[in-house]
Parts: sequence; C-alpha cells; structure tokens
Amino acid sequence: MSSTRTSSGALTDGMRLGTGPGAATFVLGLAYGAAASAASWGGAVPLVFSMLACSGSAQFTLLTTLRAGSAAAAVAAAVLINARYLVMGVALNDSLRGGRLRRALQAQALLDASFAVGHRGNGRFDVARIIGASIPQWMCWVSGTAVGLLAAPSAHLMHALGADVVFPAFFLMLALDELRKSRRAIVAAILGAGIAAALLFVTSPGNALLGATAAALIGAVHGRRPQRSNHEGHS
Amino acid sequence: MILWLSVLAVTAANWVMKAGGPLALGQRRLPPRAVQVISLMAAALLAGLIVINLGGSGWGGLNGPQVLGVGTAGLARALKAPMLLAVGCGMAATALLRYLLT
Repeated sequence: MSSTRTSSGALTDGMRLGTGPGAATFVLGLAYGAAASAASWGGAVPLVFSMLACSGSAQFTLLTTLRAGSAAAAVAAAVLINARYLVMGVALNDSLRGGRLRRALQAQALLDASFAVGHRGNGRFDVARIIGASIPQWMCWVSGTAVGLLAAPSAHLMHALGADVVFPAFFLMLALDELRKSRRAIVAAILGAGIAAALLFVTSPGNALLGATAAALIGAVHGRRPQRSNHEGHS
Repeated sequence: MILWLSVLAVTAANWVMKAGGPLALGQRRLPPRAVQVISLMAAALLAGLIVINLGGSGWGGLNGPQVLGVGTAGLARALKAPMLLAVGCGMAATALLRYLLT
C-alpha cells in the first residue's frame, strides 16, 4: 500500500517535471508536423509515426533522408540516431522490476528528458517518475504533430519566433540540475560536450550524441565509491 | 507503401533499442564500476544534446541568436525563474535579435 502510494507520488511528480520538456516537445512536434505536411506525407503517416515512435530525432531523420536517398539508407540513419537508447536501456535495467518482458515494456517509456528527470543519482533511476515524465511529453509530441499538420506554419515563421531555442534551452536546464549532483558530473558534462563538438565535424549528430555518452566512462577510471546524491528525496 | 514500411521499420527498431538492455540483462545486476559509469550518463548525454542541437550537422546549424537565446534562458533559470518563463525569455531574446538583424 505504501509502495503503491510512493509509486503514485513519483508518477505525479514525474508528470509535473515532464510538463516543461513537454512544452518544448509540443513546439518541436509542431515543426515536425509542418515539415511532414510540406513533404506531402499526408495526415495519417506522421500522426501514427508520432504516436508509435515518439522520437523527434528518428522522425526528423527519416523525413529528411527519405527524400535524399533510398528507403533502406533512410531507415538505417533513423535507427542509428537512436542507438543511444541501447545504452540508456542498459543503464536503466538495474532500476527496473520483474521479468525480462516486463522490464522491456517499462523501458519503452525512455525519452531523453525523462532519463534525466528520473535519475536519482548513483546510477539509480525512479521508473515511475520516468513514466510520469514521458506522459506529458508523448501527449505534447502527438498534439504538436497534429497542430503542425493542420496549421502548417512556415519554417520561416518558426525561425523568426525563436522556436529553435526551446529544445536546447530545456536540455540546458535539465543539465544544470544534473550538474549539481557531483563534481564528476560536471567533468562528464564538459567531456561529453567536447566529444560531441569534435564528432560533429566528422559524423552525423546522432553518432556525435552516442559518442558523448562515452564521457561517462570517467566513472570507471575513478574507482571511488559513488557520492550520495544531493537530490534524493527532492522533487 | 514504402513510406508506411519505413515508418513501421523505424518504430519497431526504436522499440527494440529501448528493450535491448532489459531483454539481454534480465535480473542480472551490473557491477559497481558500471553503476558509477551510469551515474554520469545523464550529464554526458544532456551536454551532448545541447551541443548537437546548437551545432547541427557539421556545425552548419550554428547561429548567434539561437546561442544567445539559450544562454538567456539559462541565465533566467539561474536567477530562479520558472522553467517555462526562462524558455520564454530565451525565445524572446532570439526573436528580438533576429528582428533587429533583418
């Protein structure tokens, strides 16, 4: 009973924390819907894609590469850009409960912002909070896509309004929260940014992002015990 | 038809990517050193996300007003502004600068 209340509280907490990134997701979804409309994808395909995949990076990649090359190459690019979810799934596994199938189902709630919101420190994750944070993001992504398809605002208008600020700004705020947890997190972030910055010159943003996660390996180099999280018990 | 197949293929691959770790590991626990690596994953990932969002492919997407807007949002947040207000400040700064530059 107490555990149920705790999970319910964490779910609500996650939903509250997911509202901000959800707003950013709405704007990105709007841009995606407008771009899909401009590419003559119709209404059903982009909307179903958003509902089933809920992945801005993969969906934008498929949208832009399908016109430029073969379908196989476009699908491969869209899949590769999400390879980071393999790493994130492994990271999450210790915090999941139940058998393999149940764990795999819970892991479907993984989104970039939810992964950060659900991190309690010391490599532990609050799964209910991750699921809660993903709910408003999924709703905003799907509704943003629908509004984008219907309203089809021009890319020029979105650019003029500064819509491209929304996503990196939210990631910056989540990062600021994460950096307060330990000095090693600051080092990992600087290293991750450096790796991504260097890789952007030679490879796709998806590969650069995957490379950035290698910065976390400094956790293995320094063999000290993990510090106690400052955020445990905080919302 | 190709469009639908492509969309379904990417969707299925996305599910498999997320499920891969839990399906492979099951209830096996990771060693402490791996947990230490994982504890730094969110920080590294978020830093990478900021960089690729600002830089774009081959750094071709980098533009001053966007960087200024993101910096403004970060500053507003550091000054204890609520998240949505901080992002609004960032968007306003970028939109204003773009208006002035055109």
